[in-house]
Amino acid sequence: MRFLVMVKVNQEPEGAQGPTPGMKSFNRGLIRDGVLLAAEGLQPISQGVRITYGGGKPTVTDGPFAESKEIVAGFWILQGRSKEEIVERLQRCPFEGGEYVEIRQIADLEDIHERIKMKAQAGT
Amino acid sequence: MSAAEASRAIEAVWGVESPRLLGALTRVVRDLDVAEELAQDAFVAALAQWPSEGIPRNPGAWLMSVAKRRAIDRFRRDALFEGKREMIGRELATVEEPDFAALDDDVGDDLLRLMFIACHPVLSREARVALTLRMLGGLSTPEIARAFLVSEATVAQRIVRAKRTIAEARVPYEVPDARERAERLPSILEAIYLVFNEGYSATAGDDVLRPALCEEAIRLGCVLAHMLPDDAEVHGLVALMEIQASRSKARVGPSGEHVLLLDQDRSRWDYLRIARGLAALERAQRLAVPFGPYTLQAAIAACHARARTAAETDWPRIAALYDALAQIAPSPVVELNRAVAVGMAFGPELGLELVEALETERALENYHLLPSVRGDLLEKLGRLSEARAAFERAAALTQNARDRELLLERAARCRF
Repeated sequence: MRFLVMVKVNQEPEGAQGPTPGMKSFNRGLIRDGVLLAAEGLQPISQGVRITYGGGKPTVTDGPFAESKEIVAGFWILQGRSKEEIVERLQRCPFEGGEYVEIRQIADLEDIHERIKMKAQAGT
Repeated sequence: MSAAEASRAIEAVWGVESPRLLGALTRVVRDLDVAEELAQDAFVAALAQWPSEGIPRNPGAWLMSVAKRRAIDRFRRDALFEGKREMIGRELATVEEPDFAALDDDVGDDLLRLMFIACHPVLSREARVALTLRMLGGLSTPEIARAFLVSEATVAQRIVRAKRTIAEARVPYEVPDARERAERLPSILEAIYLVFNEGYSATAGDDVLRPALCEEAIRLGCVLAHMLPDDAEVHGLVALMEIQASRSKARVGPSGEHVLLLDQDRSRWDYLRIARGLAALERAQRLAVPFGPYTLQAAIAACHARARTAAETDWPRIAALYDALAQIAPSPVVELNRAVAVGMAFGPELGLELVEALETERALENYHLLPSVRGDLLEKLGRLSEARAAFERAAALTQNARDRELLLERAARCRF
């Protein structure tokens, strides 16, 4: 199973933020255990662009956005055996500045198999 | 936290911690069986205490300290027993106590040592696979049995026998030196790739543990690549698995049928896996001249991964890579794939020549892809009645009902 782990903040810190030594070591552990597929920090939301759809031509808005809360500051893509495993690993993450993470499972092959099974059952 | 949630959380901790725990125990007590028992004891203690007391802040250290205490108790009890027996006899042998304090050292190569022991060439393939998943994957015997569609008793017996073989063969509990490592690495790579292929051959409706074997194999490959960053074939294997796994979603059609590579919807490929696979391939190719079999297979897979459409596939390069693969790892299946690539690159006549050379190959006697490939090439040459007969023969040989239908449809289309 693969998971998207989003790192969120309610307010972005001022100035450039590199990974702390603790975070580097946490990421090394994820690599050592073969869990890490991708890990990225994002540039400030003020540099972001938002596109909204519906009603003809899409609307493009440059950041910063007035009503931004729960700002995504970075993400991991991890592979693990269960949601519990990812929860266990993320509890060891050395955040302490008001960040929080949201863990979402990526819809994967197993789900496709599940859908096929359901379809087959519905058909009979 | 409910009891069920607590036990799931503890199992998750176990999955994360058990390989390192076992690795350190094996290094110090030098006995797989004893190491596993001690680790199990620690796990049982956790199951008893954590639901009421909560999971400790450093669960790995907690488990290690319990295992260490048990190890010391056990050793002293055994030593006492041995001592009494010796006194009844004549001389009092000094029994050397393992250095239990070393359990707390992080020597960095515990997992590598464990992998070399679990995949020792004295063991059968099945035994290597079972031991690797149990020791390094933290999978339980029932989980391995479910994933491999065999009984729990079979897996349990494989593991018991494997441990006995390791003890009897006096396999050293050390990471082999560079020369021996090169000799023994292929048996590790083979075991990991077997795990991958078992997962890759899973079909719709199978237990979810089966497709999950693909990810487990990739994870083990990544762990190994991290420990042996200068071994080209480790990266080659990781690249091969990542690129093959990138097609997981595209290779199953809406009613569960198998979709061939060239017919796949490439927008359903996983481009993160492809990027990771190509990066691993680049590392492998930088490290090795000439390329090993996994690196070559990964390079072939990469040709497909790089092509945005099936028509853009670089067939001459694939044919050249199969040519190289046929020289270092010859097999009838490689030869058949080479025939397909040559047919695509240089025309169906040349492909057909290679296929016809395989007709007498005993190993392919009942392999439906041989007449299927032959039919395809004959159809392209306009030799329709021969093509039809080949497709019909392929249909008669395949075990898969949906594939049989497709082959019979192709046979029917060869009527003019």
